[in-house]
Amino acid sequence: MDAGTLATTPRSGRGLHRFANPGRFLRLASRVQPFLTWPGLALLLIGLYAGLFIAPPDYQQHDAMRIMYVHVPAAILAETGYWALAAASLVSLVWRHPLADLAAKEIGPVGAGCALLCLASGSLWGKPMWGAWWVWDARLTSVLVLFFLYIGHILVIRAFDDPERGYRAAAILALIGAIDLPIIKYSVVWWNTLHQPASLTLTGSPTIAWPMLWPLLLCIVGASLCFGAVVTARLRAAVMERRIATLLRAQAEQAG
Amino acid sequence: MTHLPYIAGAYGLFALVASWLGLDARLRLHRTERRLRAVDPRARERATDFRAQDRAQDRA
Repeated sequence: MDAGTLATTPRSGRGLHRFANPGRFLRLASRVQPFLTWPGLALLLIGLYAGLFIAPPDYQQHDAMRIMYVHVPAAILAETGYWALAAASLVSLVWRHPLADLAAKEIGPVGAGCALLCLASGSLWGKPMWGAWWVWDARLTSVLVLFFLYIGHILVIRAFDDPERGYRAAAILALIGAIDLPIIKYSVVWWNTLHQPASLTLTGSPTIAWPMLWPLLLCIVGASLCFGAVVTARLRAAVMERRIATLLRAQAEQAG
Repeated sequence: MTHLPYIAGAYGLFALVASWLGLDARLRLHRTERRLRAVDPRARERATDFRAQDRAQDRA
């Protein structure tokens, strides 16, 4: 971006483009990453251990409720990951931020992994509690749609010969797909579902007893930090891959 | 412990997916760093001299 363009860019856009500098991003990311990885792993392992061995069993679900320590963080990250993917897609479409395309591309597979884990662990929880591996319940179906949206996003990016066109099409798909997020959240309110309502909300007090709650909070915070660490590492690699491609192209042009 | 196979299945799946995502990201990062150094021997200096790059960007 030249100085003239910078002078006419709105203040918000200028702030964003400050972080479009790959060098600045790599410096920031390499500093932040250890603070995500190690505390994330520690919190997650403590949370999972406490969830398995310290938290008391539920009086109705007995030990099957321990699947919650895997299922809930995966569900939260699948949804939050898609919010991040949609936000990156919006930034990509509006400001043409060069890192936003890469961020959306790198969030996709990690979010898809979380959505798959959420569905699989939910299925393993559903079988002993509901007597079925799967029911076409509003919550389960909307999360399955979220998983397909992630897969669609990954495939659309790769479907075009011109990567820029792939990024644009995937960004539009991601923004349209964001409509699934409020549906997931309110599916247990709008429809009569087998899936229980949310036990943790931002506005109300939790409906889980503290001895069961604290390992869950550790798992959620730890898994979120690990999610951030994995996405940051993938994004750093993607920025460097782009740099390698540019260098190889320049070397080929020089040789030719 | 009741429902042990279901609990073990869920935790095992979690460990599998989390390790795959983590290891894949870590290996890809290392591979890319090595490739970047192979393509441009000066890349290591330039790529890590981020403060100088920031200053250059701010001047622009």
